[in-house]
Order: sequence, then C-alpha cells, then structure tokens
Amino acid sequence: MNIISTQEKAKSSFWRHLFWPRLRRNRMAMAGACIVLSMAILALLAPFLVRDPGHIDVTLRLQAPSLRYPLGTDDLGRDVLARILYGGRISLLVGFVAVGIASTIGTVLGALAGYYGRWVDGVIMRFVDIMLCFPSFFLILAVVAFLEPSIWNIMAIIGLTGWMGVARLVRAEFLSLRERDFVLAARAAGARDRRIIFLHILPNAFSPLLVSATLGVAGAILTESALSFLGIGVQPPTPSWGNMLIVGKQTLGSAWWLSAFPGLAILLTVLGYNLLGEGIRDALDPRLRG
Amino acid sequence: MVPLLLGITLVSFVVIHLAPGEPTDLQTQLNPEISAELQQRLRAQYDLDRPLLVQYGKWLGRLVRLDFGDSFSQDRRPVTAKIAERLPITILINVLSISLILAVAVPVGILAAVRRNSPFDRLTTLLVFIGFATPSFWLALLLMDLLGVRYGLLPVVGLKSLGYDYLSFPGRVLDILRHLVLPVFVSAFGGLAGFSRYMRANMLEVIRQDYILTARAKGLTERRVIGHHALRNALLPVITILGLSVPGLIGGSVIFETIFAIPGMGKLFYDGVMMRDYPLIMGILVIGAILTLIGNLLADLGYALADPRIRRG
Repeated sequence: MNIISTQEKAKSSFWRHLFWPRLRRNRMAMAGACIVLSMAILALLAPFLVRDPGHIDVTLRLQAPSLRYPLGTDDLGRDVLARILYGGRISLLVGFVAVGIASTIGTVLGALAGYYGRWVDGVIMRFVDIMLCFPSFFLILAVVAFLEPSIWNIMAIIGLTGWMGVARLVRAEFLSLRERDFVLAARAAGARDRRIIFLHILPNAFSPLLVSATLGVAGAILTESALSFLGIGVQPPTPSWGNMLIVGKQTLGSAWWLSAFPGLAILLTVLGYNLLGEGIRDALDPRLRG
Repeated sequence: MVPLLLGITLVSFVVIHLAPGEPTDLQTQLNPEISAELQQRLRAQYDLDRPLLVQYGKWLGRLVRLDFGDSFSQDRRPVTAKIAERLPITILINVLSISLILAVAVPVGILAAVRRNSPFDRLTTLLVFIGFATPSFWLALLLMDLLGVRYGLLPVVGLKSLGYDYLSFPGRVLDILRHLVLPVFVSAFGGLAGFSRYMRANMLEVIRQDYILTARAKGLTERRVIGHHALRNALLPVITILGLSVPGLIGGSVIFETIFAIPGMGKLFYDGVMMRDYPLIMGILVIGAILTLIGNLLADLGYALADPRIRRG
C-alpha cells in the first residue's frame, strides 16, 4: 500500500511539477490548446449560439458576409456560421471516435506482440506490415464503396485503417518495459499476464499514446473532410466542413466565402491539434525537442 | 516479399467480401427488368455462388497471370488494360512532385537547421505547421479559384486543352506541362512541410556529431563542413522516408486527380468506387500495394548504394 501511494505521488508530481510547467512555457503548444478548447466549446454550445443550420430561405441565398450573417449564406440561404459550428460537432465526433477505435486496436495488438514476442509478435507485426502497404486512402475508399456512407461507418473505417502506427509504438514500449524489474516483481507476486499487461506495463506507455492520439485526431479530421468533399463521407443535409466545400466548388469564382470559411475551419482545428500534440511530446521528453 | 504479396491479396479480397451486398447488386437489384434466372447466371459468371476460399483461389490464380478480370463498366474491358493506360500519368505526377519536394525541402531544412532559431527557422517552422494542417483539396480549390478562374493564368481541368491535337510537338509538351503545374504543386504541398521538418531534424542531429567538430577543427570552411561532411549523412534517412511516403502520395492522387479531372489511376479508382466496379477496385487495391512494396524496395536499394557501411556489411 505504502509503495503504491509513493508511486502515485511520484506520478502526480511528474504531471504537476514537470510536464505542466514545460507545456505552459511552450507558446506554440498553448496556442494549439486555445484553438482546440475554443473549437470544442463552440461546437458544444452551437445550439445556444447560432440559428438552425438547416433553415432554408431561398430569398436569402448566396448573401455575402454581413452583420446579420457574419460568414454569409449558402446556395439555399442557410447560415454558413451555423453550419460551420454544427459541422464542427461532426468533425470532432468523428475525430475522437475514430482515434478511440484506432488506439484501442493498436494498443491491444501492440501489447500482445510486445509482451509475448516470438510467433505472436511475428504474426501481428507481419499483419501490420501488410496493412501499411495499402495506401490508406485506397483502403478506406474501397470499403466505403460497399457501405452506406454514414458518420458511424466513416468513424469505424478511419479507425480500422489507422491503428498500425499505434501498434508499432506500443509494441516498442512493451519490448523495453517487459524486461524491467517491476514486471519481474509483479510476476513473482503471482500476477497473471492480463494484469501485468494492462495494469503494470500499459500505464507506463501512456505518454507516447497520448501524443499519437492527439496527432491522430488531426489526421482523422482531415480524412473525414476529404471523404465528405468527395461525396462519400458525411452526407448532406448534415453539415460537415468537407461537404460544405462541395457547394464551395460549385460556386467557385462567385461566392468566395463558401469555399474560404469551411476550409479555414479545418485548417485551424487540425493546426490546433498538431501544435498541442507536438507540445505534449516536447513536454514529456525535452530531449526529443527538434 | 512473397508472403507480403500473398498477405496483400488476402487483405484486398477479405476487405471487399466482408462488406455487405454483392458486387453484382448494382446490375441486379437496381435493374427491375432483370430476371431471377439471369441474376443466377451473373452470379455464376463471377463465381459468387462458390465458397469464399474457392473464389479466392481462382482469383489468385488469375492474378498470378496479371489477369484482374473484366471491368463491370459499360466498356467491359480488362482491368489490366484500364490500369495500364492510367498508371503512367499517376506515376509521372508523383515523380514530379517528389522531385519538387526534394528540390525545395532539402535546402530549406538544411538552412533552418544551420541557422537554428533565426527568423528564417521560425518562419519555416510556422509554415510547416500550416502546411501540415492545410487540406489538399481545399488548397486545390483556392488555387483553381485564384489562378484559374479569376486570373486565367493556368488551366484547371484535365491534362490537355481542347485544341491539343492541332498543336505542334513543343506546343503539346508545353500544354501538358501547363496542365500539370497545379496538380503537381497540390500533391507536393503536404510532403514539402513534412520533408523540410524531417531534413531539419536530421541535420541538427548530424551537426552535433564528433566528426563535424573534427572537420571544423581541421579548419575546413563552414561551407565544406555543411555541404560535404554533414549533408551526406543527413540525407541518408531521407531515402527511407521517401520509400515510406509512396503510399501516402498514391492515396492522395485520388483527391487531386478527382478535383482536377486528371485521367490517372486515382480518378479511375474513384470512378470505380462510385460505380461499384468490383474487379477494378480489387485490381487497383492490389496494384497500389505492390507499388508501395516497389517503393520500399527502391528505398532499400538506394540506401545500400548511398551508404558504404551497408553496401559492404
């Protein structure tokens, strides 16, 4: 009991006294955190902030940005600002769920490969090699072709095609951690494999997982928007940044706000997650700093 | 190599067959005039009434002879022929964009590393993050709007102008080149950011080594230390990353070829997906993966050529 509480204290003091001050000092990371937080808040509070994103008023179609419609209206007279905020809910949802799926699969497979080694490792890592050979966008498109394009399918597919990096990372952590004394101690105390893997080793591999998940959200949002832009992701009338750009393409040259703002929303959000992710990496291990 | 190839075909096969619905659905369910008997015949024609393992075996057997079957589209041509006429365009664009990436990212990365924390370094770091976050299809839209529609400087659709056939030979080359400017730039954009960041990190790592200190101590000029001693070592890992970036580039070709209506493999794949052209999808999936393998192989060979330690080891 005593040992565990000392360990806990050491852990919390790492986050509070080393990690957090380092992150605070990193201006780029803080800028990223601000973007990430404000996007999340705006998306969550969208129903209280803006009009109904589905409200059609053809007398107000293709209005340039004004006080009443800060980001203009689209081809059906819908409020672009409202659609961007509601689209943000979709993008963030897809990003988080997809990364959750990818991290879970990657962690379990990587942990098994790293912990058991030998043929388990061989089989799993060959599978990873094979999956990495496919251009991921091809794989995603091929599956999408045979499924109904819905946000749930999109999340699942992005997650199912994006776990390989996580698996490699977790495996590498396990390879080095499994030789450490605390694992031997746990085993001597009679802990089973499952307990050692998930309760003793995995928590120590948390930091690299956090970094890859943060960067992964950015990647998933980019993929979702590209799919929606190609017409095989989130389907209208549900607003998403990607499918709003379809209208942007159709009105190219006449209504710049329809292509500018949804794209900017993607750029800012992805930028935020990338900056935050890199910042977390630097704060966890300053030696890695470029 | 061979087990990897076998795995690739197996995954492609499983991916398509795990999905609900059948490849012939588009021709049967959506066509009210089709009879049950014809439906059955269609299924038999594509072996869909046989067990999955048999289907896989037959497909693999034809694959070895480079026979991907006939496309489901109107023309019913062999998938191999359709891919063969589209593949060179995609490879050309990807080779051009890799060249552009290297030509820009290597010097930028070196300069940023040598002048670490200078205004130049800070500016490129900022640009790198923005480059990473820019969706390529959005960039394509903006450039089309600005350069194509508004100022009419560059063509934005297809590979050739309407009057292509009436042009002289140099005129034709120029015409295609003008059509390639935007697609190549868009497909290179993401890579530019990644590679210059990577090059910078490599260079920083190399400059710290003892042999650089030795070279400086010998009294060599800074130019020679960086351009000769450091550069060669910093470039080595780039070869590996080049190989690893092949799947990303090929996958990205779907996006820009669709936007710019370029008749390459990516556009072919997108159209195949829209039509549920199942032999075509399987064929391109396998070809895409094999291209990746070739990319990795070339990277390994290149590494061995460039690094005497591996060549002799």
